[in-house]
This record gives sequence, structure tokens and C-alpha cells, in this order.
Amino acid sequence: MSLQHFINHAVSPWMQADGPDADIVLSSRIRLARNLSEFAFPVIASKEQAQKALYFIKEKLEDESYHSLGTFEWLQMNELQSIEKRVLVEKHLISPNLDKESGDSAVLINESESVSIMVNEEDHLRIQCLFPGFQLNEALTLANGIDDWIESKFDYAFDEKRGYLTSCPTNVGTGLRASVMVHLPALMITQRMNRIAPAINQFGLVVRGIYGEGSEALGNVFQISNQITLGKSEEDIVEDLRGVVMQLIQQEKVARRDLLKMSKIQLEDRIYRSYGVLAHSRIIHSKEAAKCLSDVRLGIDLGIISGLPRTILNELMVLTQPGFLQHYFKESLTPDERDVRRATLIRERIQLEQNQDEPRD
Amino acid sequence: MECQECHIRPATLHFTKIINGHKTEVHLCEECAREKGEIMAGSNAFSIHNLLSGLLNFEQPMEANGGSHEHDPLQCPKCGLTYNEFTRIGKFGCDECYKTFDEKLNPILRKVHSGNTAHIGKIPRRMGKDISARRKILDLKDRLQELVEKEEFEEAAKTRDLIRELERGGDQ
Repeated sequence: MSLQHFINHAVSPWMQADGPDADIVLSSRIRLARNLSEFAFPVIASKEQAQKALYFIKEKLEDESYHSLGTFEWLQMNELQSIEKRVLVEKHLISPNLDKESGDSAVLINESESVSIMVNEEDHLRIQCLFPGFQLNEALTLANGIDDWIESKFDYAFDEKRGYLTSCPTNVGTGLRASVMVHLPALMITQRMNRIAPAINQFGLVVRGIYGEGSEALGNVFQISNQITLGKSEEDIVEDLRGVVMQLIQQEKVARRDLLKMSKIQLEDRIYRSYGVLAHSRIIHSKEAAKCLSDVRLGIDLGIISGLPRTILNELMVLTQPGFLQHYFKESLTPDERDVRRATLIRERIQLEQNQDEPRD
Repeated sequence: MECQECHIRPATLHFTKIINGHKTEVHLCEECAREKGEIMAGSNAFSIHNLLSGLLNFEQPMEANGGSHEHDPLQCPKCGLTYNEFTRIGKFGCDECYKTFDEKLNPILRKVHSGNTAHIGKIPRRMGKDISARRKILDLKDRLQELVEKEEFEEAAKTRDLIRELERGGDQ
């Protein structure tokens, strides 16, 4: 398989498009948690009950289509290889929790992979809409439409007082989780993020790194999402998040301008060094790769580096994760081997861009 | 025992794999296990749910002091989940659980949702038609009350008529 072909399959089509404020906001996501009133929730359902719910849902949604989204493909967890499931997790199309030992869970995915509907995760249905750039309202509108469409086929677990009833009390009410993925290199370099993150928490929003573990945010990529789902309308939840993210965008822009003004040569040096590492290294750990990718992406956004697409950060952050590396090289790899293959893949990816005008076989 | 993958960290995950009857012992540290895909990221992580279930459990002894029953009297008639079990796993078992445990929910929801206990967002389009209509009438009744208090009787009369009209509409 050629790298180009692999990327085309590995990176969701929706991710390759540019959205509004794409220099800072990588993607926007809306997730709605819904349950059917007829069945016990998946967390306590017996195998028989879980299967019944699964097939009940499958019958009504498999190969159905909603407006321009195309048909939904039904992927059942017990029919997938573990590496395939891992890739779906790394593409954020399913949560790690969807993969259960019982295998009575599935996901419906449209062609462009902008919509995924998880079945029998913690709740019966988890509708997820992904948009490139800063498009929370667009994502909410689409999610609401899909929600209405699904509700025309099923009786939801809904209560006038508590709203949409979810398995976990943290999701009840709207069942809505709105989130944006933001790239904040300048706020990190200038160490301003330390002060901003606690302030964001005060607004009932959660900031966390997407890649890497704990508080560490690999590649300076953060996810910001709402915590509260009850007692606020969907529109207000999204609007509050939007307001805070707009502030963040503003702050990041100021920090980028300050860096350019006060330490341009140091910034250029940092960016070109990282570019050099990515283009030439033979062994690279995921942490170093993430740092360099973040630097190069900042270089692209500031016009310091040209000839590379913006999406290279999101793309390579996904592609160089362990699941994808093993999927690409079609073998199980030790951490040392992975660092070598990761370096190879990144070099090839950058060369692909540099050779773009030349004919390829 | 050290991790058989990185040989640096201690192995904290021990399990036996049986593939086609062939048994292999695996000893890994959490990091290597995650990287190898033996466990999925997040599945073992301390999550908001653990935290929540801690929160629920915390309330238990205080309430238990007041009650004399040793066994748990609250059990959902639909799915069989008991309140004790609910506080342990931090999850509801079905829609009926919300009704069964209703009187205990407000303090929990308040903690999780910044003091909120009631839904004010979307109502299902098909199933919620009545609810939408009823909610509109309730809103109008509140407004009527306000108008009467402010002695804006003309406006109040209009609102009253509108409420009547809506209520008639609901009967048909």
C-alpha cells in the first residue's frame, strides 16, 4: 500500500478540509447521549438484552441515509480485528469503552466519517458530529437533525423534569457534550496557558490534553468541553463554550504576534530545527514528534514554512500513534521499532509533499 | 517483576492469553500494555465516573445512620437495580431508575451540574409534543401571574385567553 493511499484511508475525509479559524481550532465536535426507553441501559443489561437492543437498532439504522450524509455503514465490534478497533479509537470515531468483551456493540459511520453513532456504549446511542475548524453551531444543527431523524424511529428515554435520561448522572438533561480541539503553541511557549486554564475551569468547562496522558498535552493540542449538561439549553451550552474559545483564539493570536515581535529569530530557529528533525531523523519518540509537529504547524500558520499543508499536524499526530503505525507496517512493533518506523513514516510524508509536482508511480 | 516489554518499569498487569489452546503468560507495565493495545487507553484511567461514585458512596453512611433497615429498600421495579448498587457503580440501569430514586437525586444532580436539577433544553420532537404544549402553557401561566401582580390586566386577559385556547387544543 502506498503512503498516499494509506493516508487517504487513515485520515477521515472531513479532516482534510479547512474550516473557520483553522489556524487555531482544529475541529469542533458535538455528542448527544440517547437511550431507548424499551431496554435496560447497556451498563447493566444482560447479554441477551444487550443483543436484543443491538439488533433492534441495527434493523432500523443499518444502510439508512440521512440527507446528504450518505449511507451509514454498520461496524460491529465483535467482527473487527483489535488493530482495526484501535484505529477507530485513534481516529476518534469510537471511544475506547465501546470495545467490550461481550462484543454486543457497534458503530454507524457515514462515508466522510464526519458522523459516527455508537451503539451500546455506556448509553444505547451516542451521536457524534465532527466538523473541521470552529463550527460548533453547524455541528449542533446537524446533530439535532440526526437526533430528530432517529427519534422518529425509536422511543427515547426522556423525562419532562430530568430531560434525556442517560446512564451516568453527569450526562443527564441535554446529553450534550460540545468540544473543540485547539492548537495553542504560543500560549504554551509564553507560559500563559498556566494562568488561562484554571480560569476556563471556572466557567464550568474542562480543558485537557488530547494526546498523551494526564495533564500533559502532547503537541500543544487541547480539548475544551462543557461539564454541565443539566439546567442549561443546548444553545446556551454551545454559546458559552464558543465565547470562551473565541477568547482563547484572541489570546493565542496576541501571543503569536508577541513572539514574532520580540523573539522572531529564536522562533524561526525553533521551527526550522523541528522541521529538520522531522525531515531527517531516523529514530523519533512520539513525544518529540508531537513537539516538532506543533512547531512546524506554527511555522506554517505564521507563513515561516511554506509548501506543507496545514493538516499535517492533525494527520501525523494520528498517523504516528502506535495503532496506526502497526496498521501501516502490518506487524506488531516493539517501542524501539516503532520509533524507527515513526521517523520513516514522517520523512516519507514530508517527501510526498516535496515531490508533489513530480510524477509518482 | 519487570515489564517484559520495556524491561524498565515494574509489571503491573499480569494475564494469561490462550490462543488456539496455546497458553502464554504476559507481564506488562501499564504504559507498554496501552501502547501494545492490550488495554485500551482510558479503560483503566481514573475517570469522572469513579469520582462520582465516590461522591455517592460518601453520602451513604450519613443516610444509613438515620435508617434502621439493614437491607436496601429502594429497588427499581423495571431493571432491578438497587440504590446501593447505583451508588456503587455511579450509573442508572434504565429510565425507570430516575423515578425510583427520584427523591434522592436532587442533591447528587446539584453537585454534578452546578446546582441544577431540572432540564430546560430540547424536547423530543415526536414524543414530546404534549410536553412542549404543556410547557408553553406553564410558561404562559407564570407570565399571567406576573401580569396580574403588575396590574396589567389588559395584557393578562389576553394571556388568559391564549392559555384557554391552548388547553382546549390539547384536549382535542
